[in-house]
Amino acid sequence: MAPYESDDSTSTGEVDDLPSGRRKAARYVVPVAVVGVAAATIGLVPALADSGDPDLPEITAAQLIEKIGQSDVQQLSGTFKITTDLGLPDLGGLESSFASGAMGSGSGSGDGSAADPSAKLTELASGTHTLRVALDGENRQKLSLLENASEYSLIHNGKDIWGYDSKSNEVFHGTAEEAKGEQKKEDLPATPKDFAEEALKAVDDTTSVTVDGTAQVAGRDAYRLLIKPKQSGTTVGAIIVAVDAKTGMPLKFTLTPSSGGSAVIDAGFTQVSFAKPAASTFDFTPPKGATVTEEGELEGKAGERGASKSEDELRKEFDKELGGLKSEGKHGKGAEGGPEVIGEGWNSVAVFDTGGEGIPSGAEVGGDMGGFLDSLGDKVTGKFGSGTVFKTRLINALITDDGKVYVGAVDKDALVKAADSGK
Amino acid sequence: MSQAEAVEQGGAIEGAGKAGKVREAREARKVSPLWTFGLLRSELLTTFRRWRTLALLAVLAAVPILVGIAVKIETGDGGSTGGGGPQGGGPAFISQITNNGLFLVFTALAATLPFFLPMAIGVIAGDAIAGEANAGTLRYLLVAPAGRTRLLLTKYATTMAFCLVATLVVAVSALTVGALLFPLGDLTTISGTRISFAEGLGRALLIALVVAASLIGVAALGLFVSTLTNSGIAAMATTVGLLITIQILDQIPQLHAIQPYFFSHYWLSFADLMREPVYWDDLVKNLGIQALYAAVFGSAAWARFTAKDVTA
Repeated sequence: MAPYESDDSTSTGEVDDLPSGRRKAARYVVPVAVVGVAAATIGLVPALADSGDPDLPEITAAQLIEKIGQSDVQQLSGTFKITTDLGLPDLGGLESSFASGAMGSGSGSGDGSAADPSAKLTELASGTHTLRVALDGENRQKLSLLENASEYSLIHNGKDIWGYDSKSNEVFHGTAEEAKGEQKKEDLPATPKDFAEEALKAVDDTTSVTVDGTAQVAGRDAYRLLIKPKQSGTTVGAIIVAVDAKTGMPLKFTLTPSSGGSAVIDAGFTQVSFAKPAASTFDFTPPKGATVTEEGELEGKAGERGASKSEDELRKEFDKELGGLKSEGKHGKGAEGGPEVIGEGWNSVAVFDTGGEGIPSGAEVGGDMGGFLDSLGDKVTGKFGSGTVFKTRLINALITDDGKVYVGAVDKDALVKAADSGK
Repeated sequence: MSQAEAVEQGGAIEGAGKAGKVREAREARKVSPLWTFGLLRSELLTTFRRWRTLALLAVLAAVPILVGIAVKIETGDGGSTGGGGPQGGGPAFISQITNNGLFLVFTALAATLPFFLPMAIGVIAGDAIAGEANAGTLRYLLVAPAGRTRLLLTKYATTMAFCLVATLVVAVSALTVGALLFPLGDLTTISGTRISFAEGLGRALLIALVVAASLIGVAALGLFVSTLTNSGIAAMATTVGLLITIQILDQIPQLHAIQPYFFSHYWLSFADLMREPVYWDDLVKNLGIQALYAAVFGSAAWARFTAKDVTA
C-alpha cells in the first residue's frame, strides 16, 4: 500500500494552500483512488496472470488418447472444483428428492447416517463444490468434500473405508478387499480421468474427437481434447477434456450444452501435485464420542429405506452421481431393473417402466414437489399417447401418461420419436 | 525532499491546524518519538477502564460458558451428539465439543463472530471519535499537539487492540470452560486426521488471530461512521445497523455476484484452519477483503476527520 501513503502526504502538503472547500474535497480523492485501484486490481490481475496458452508440440487426437491410456498416476493430491448447472432452480433440500424421483435412481437421502456416502454424493448434482483428492497407490485414497466450516471425507486405507462427516460428527465404516489390478480404474472416481474415459468410450462414427489447442490448468500445461457429437438431436454440445502434457492425466472436464450458455458440468483441478501425500492423510480413527455406523448396521437400517448399499454399489453411486450424470441416457444402466435402450450413440434414450400412473405422484416425490413438477413440465402428445416432458439443460425426460419414462441427453423431439418407436 | 520529510511535514501541518502550532507540533514529535505511544497508552487505558468496555467483554466471556453448559446438560445423560441430526443445527463444530474441550474455542468463536464480536467492535469504533465529540473532549485532544491524523491512527489502533482482546477473551473463556467440563487430548481435524493437543492449541491461537483480523473491516467502517457525526450513540447504531444489513444481504442468493465483496462474507473461513492440509483460498480472500475495507474506510475517515470543523 506504499503508493497511497506517498499520495496522501504529497496531496496533503499541496492542498494546504488551497481554499478550504477544494482542500476538503481533494482528500476524498484518496479513498476513491483506493477503491479504483482495488477494482482495477481485481479486474486486471487475473487477465494479466493468464500468460496465454502454453506452447506444446503438436499432437494428434489418437496420440493424446494414447497418452491418457498410458497415464499411470499413482500418487496425487489436489483440490478439485466441480460446478454443475443443469438449469434447475436452486431447490435446496428438495433437490435430492427430485433427483431420486425424476431420474429413477432411487438413491436414498433418507434417515440413514449422515456419513453414508450415497447421501452425501447427491449433493454434488447441483451448484459448485470444492473437493480434495489424495491418492497413494491402489490402497490408499481420500476424497473430501469441503463444506462451510465442515468437511465430509471418504477415506480408503487398506481394507477400511471410512466416511466422516465433521458437521454431525458421524462416522461410516465399511470394509473393502485389498485392491487388485483391475480395480484401479475405479479407484479415483471423482477425477477427470473417469470423466475422460466415459467420454472416450463414445468414440465411434457418431463422434468427432480432435485436439483443440492447449491450455493452462491448475498451473500445468495441458492439451485440450475436443469431443463433439456428429448427430443432431442431442443436448450435448461439446466435451472438452484438458490433459496434462507431462503425465497424460486428465485435469479438467467441461461439458457444454448444444443450446449454448455456460457449461453444464465443469470439473477440474484448481491445484494439483503429483508428489506422495503424507501418510497421515489416510489415517483415520473415529474421534471419541462420534456415532459410528458400521456398514452392516446401515444395511439393517437401510431395509426401511428400501435400498441396501454394498461395497460395489457404493462405487457405482460414485460413478453414477458424478460420471453417470451425463451418460444417463447413453449407457442406459439404471440403478435397478436394467432399462431398455432406444437409439444409438448420443441419441440413445433409456426407458423405464414405472408401472404407475405416469407423472410421479405426490407420494413419491413429496407434496410440494408434485405441483412443482407440473410447473416444470411441457405437455406433449404423439403416436404413443400423451405425456409430460421435463427439461434440464442436459437431460430431458418424457413421462407418458401410461407410466413409461424416457430419459436421455436429447431434445424434446427426439424423446417423442423414441416414445413413438417404442410403441 | 525525502519521502519521510514530506510525511512528517504533512502530518504536522494538518495536525496543528494553525500556523503557530506547526512548530510546536514538529518539536513535540522530534523531542519525544514516544509521544505517539504515550497517546496510544492513554487511549488504551481510557478505553479498557470504561465500565462499558468491561461489560462488553464480560458478555463475550459469558457466551462460551453458556454454550459449554448447554452442551454439557444436553449430553449429560449419555447422549453423544450435540449437532442434532444430519443437517447439524447450531454453530460450527458444536457436535465435537463433547470429544474435546478445545472445540469449544472454535464453537464459541463461530457463535460470536457473526454478531457479538462485531457488535462490540461497532460500539468501540463508533464511539471513538463521535463519543469524544459528544462529550466535548475532542477539541481538547486536538489542542494537545497530537495531530488529527495521529489521533485517528491511535483511535484505530485502540479499536484493533480491542478486537484482539475481545477475541482472546472469548477464546480463553472457552478454553477454560472446555477444560473444566470436557476431556482434552488429541483432536480430530474436520478432515478426519488427528493432531496433537499442542498443535491443536497452536491452531486455536491462529484461529483467534484470524478472527481478530476478520474484524478489521468493521473497525474501519465504524471509525469512518464515527467521524461523520457528533453523536456517539448514532455512530454505534449506524455501525451495528450496517453490520446487520450486510449479514442479511449475505443470505440472499440473488445477490451472490456482489456478496464476495461484503466484509462478512468470508468470516467463517477461519474454520479452514482446521482442515488438514489447511485450505488457504478463502482465508486469503478474507484477509484481503479486510485490508481493502481498512484502506478504503480508513482513508475516508482520514479525509473526513482532517477536513472536519471540530466545534465540540
